Amino acid sequence: MKTAIRFVALVMLAAFLAACARDVREEPTAPEPPPPPPPVEEEVDRVDPRDFTDARNLDNPDSLLSQRTIYFEFDRSDVRAQFRPIIDAHAAYIQGNSTARVILEGHADERGSREYNLGLGERRGNAVEDLLRAAGVAGRQIEVVSYGEERPVCRDSSEDCWQRNRRVEIVYTAR
Amino acid sequence: MASGLRAVVLFGLLLLPLLAQAQLRIEIVDGVEGAMPIAVVPFAWESEMPEPASPVHEIISANLARSGLFEPMAEDSMIERPTRPPEVRFGSWRLLRVDHIVIGRVIDAPDGIGQEIEYHLLDVHSGRILLSQALPVAPGDLRFGAHRVTDAVYEELIGIPGAFATRIAYVVVTDIGGPDELFELVVADADGFNPQTVVRNTQPLLSPAWGPEGRRLAYVSFATGRSNVIVQDLFTGQTEVVSSSPGINGAPAFSPDGQRLAVSLSRGGSPDVWVIDLDSGSQEQLTQHWSISTEPAWSPDGERIYFTSDRAGRPQIYVMDADGDNVERVTWEGNYNARVSIGLEERFLATVYSEGDNDFRIAIHDRETERLRVLSDGRLDESPSFAPNGSMLLYGSRENGRGVLAAVSADGRIRQRLVDSEGDVREPAWSPILR
Repeated sequence: MKTAIRFVALVMLAAFLAACARDVREEPTAPEPPPPPPPVEEEVDRVDPRDFTDARNLDNPDSLLSQRTIYFEFDRSDVRAQFRPIIDAHAAYIQGNSTARVILEGHADERGSREYNLGLGERRGNAVEDLLRAAGVAGRQIEVVSYGEERPVCRDSSEDCWQRNRRVEIVYTAR
Repeated sequence: MASGLRAVVLFGLLLLPLLAQAQLRIEIVDGVEGAMPIAVVPFAWESEMPEPASPVHEIISANLARSGLFEPMAEDSMIERPTRPPEVRFGSWRLLRVDHIVIGRVIDAPDGIGQEIEYHLLDVHSGRILLSQALPVAPGDLRFGAHRVTDAVYEELIGIPGAFATRIAYVVVTDIGGPDELFELVVADADGFNPQTVVRNTQPLLSPAWGPEGRRLAYVSFATGRSNVIVQDLFTGQTEVVSSSPGINGAPAFSPDGQRLAVSLSRGGSPDVWVIDLDSGSQEQLTQHWSISTEPAWSPDGERIYFTSDRAGRPQIYVMDADGDNVERVTWEGNYNARVSIGLEERFLATVYSEGDNDFRIAIHDRETERLRVLSDGRLDESPSFAPNGSMLLYGSRENGRGVLAAVSADGRIRQRLVDSEGDVREPAWSPILR
């Protein structure tokens, strides 16, 4: 972009000098500064947040694609209806971008035994994977990794914290 | 005697390649009413070597006190200091109201290598000598020698082997949740001394399990970003990745003969119990169920494997033959039982237990009387591990938002707290008796 502006400026300057050369060679004046470049429209504004194949929406807070955490109830791994649109959006993206790769990181809250919670985290990851696959995503683009209760985002022993820790994070290793 | 000496020398070697760690402090929370009064008289130091900072008799005395079953007499209350049986005047000790006394001395070994702890346990009332032994100790291993003496005294007076000459493994996490978060797998003597870091990692470490010879540890490491099961030799430091299948590689447990490792692998789609032959590396799948099957634990004879499964909806303990046949549910009380540790003769099973998913406590299921005893009173207690003599249980707990270790006697009367000054402590595993 910058190169383009610089190029335009050079062309204009060259034209101006040429004009000078033709008409007023004896009275050289300082060349006028090039006009400021027209304001560039913010790229994101042009992106349709519902276009789930557009990688820019992964960072667009207005798009569902920017949401990548699915939350679960205690000792459960069924995906609640409110999270289905997020998973559908990512399914559309991954399907539309064959080089995209995701890791589904499964997590549990701290209650109960650590190894059982590893199993629970994986079951949650698998539940999200199943929905992505059902929407047509290729298995080779998905990996499930369970961290059990070992990687909490919140460390108080309260239900408020626990519900934030019972989650699957959709992590893009390639977009 | 020769093999005993070799074992002691090996334990000295264990300390060399490892990194020092902050020491656990053991506090007694509850003892027993009417603990046995005993006097451990200062041992004579008759060795050419300089006397260590912690004398042998102090270690023995502290061990006995920590067990909760003994009430050792304070040293400055002792009027006489006999070191050989003929010097003991039983009448004086009867007046001081002790039942037993332990006397002894530390001498240089006849072959010039290391020392010997010569000790005697005497019954004050009958005047009889109950125990007399000269225990060879390798250079620098007097602490472990003192633990062996305590084991012998404990067995003579209580009737079951002691578990003082043992070690514990546990995980310490420092700067938890911070930029320098560090996971360390630590091995220490059962009294918290000599803590040594076996492995450290910025990624989670969990589920340490001892080999039956007390020389190897199996554990789960996320060092690669995924779970792997590692077996590490504590003497050589050598590590081997024994399982790194796609999915979960977790919950290692050595078979009693030390040749196989039961694990939980999800390579078949859901976590199932598998057994890995450590020589050939071959893997055999024992459970095949859509549910979670994990946390295998071998029966002492190696014939059966206990495990956690939620095949009936919630996690409970099941048992099967070591070839996977005859699966049977064994816990029925509570809506959550997991991470079983097996006590003496498979009669007592300790689990992480919950009735309503709010409080997770350590409970012992008595399979003979079919009664349940809830032993801990925390909200997030986990990872019970029986001492090899079945007398105590070590477990992870939380106190003021910090992970601590706690120990409780199998009858619930004796309680200890093991506190680390620096980090979050969790995932304890008690070693077998070290010979």
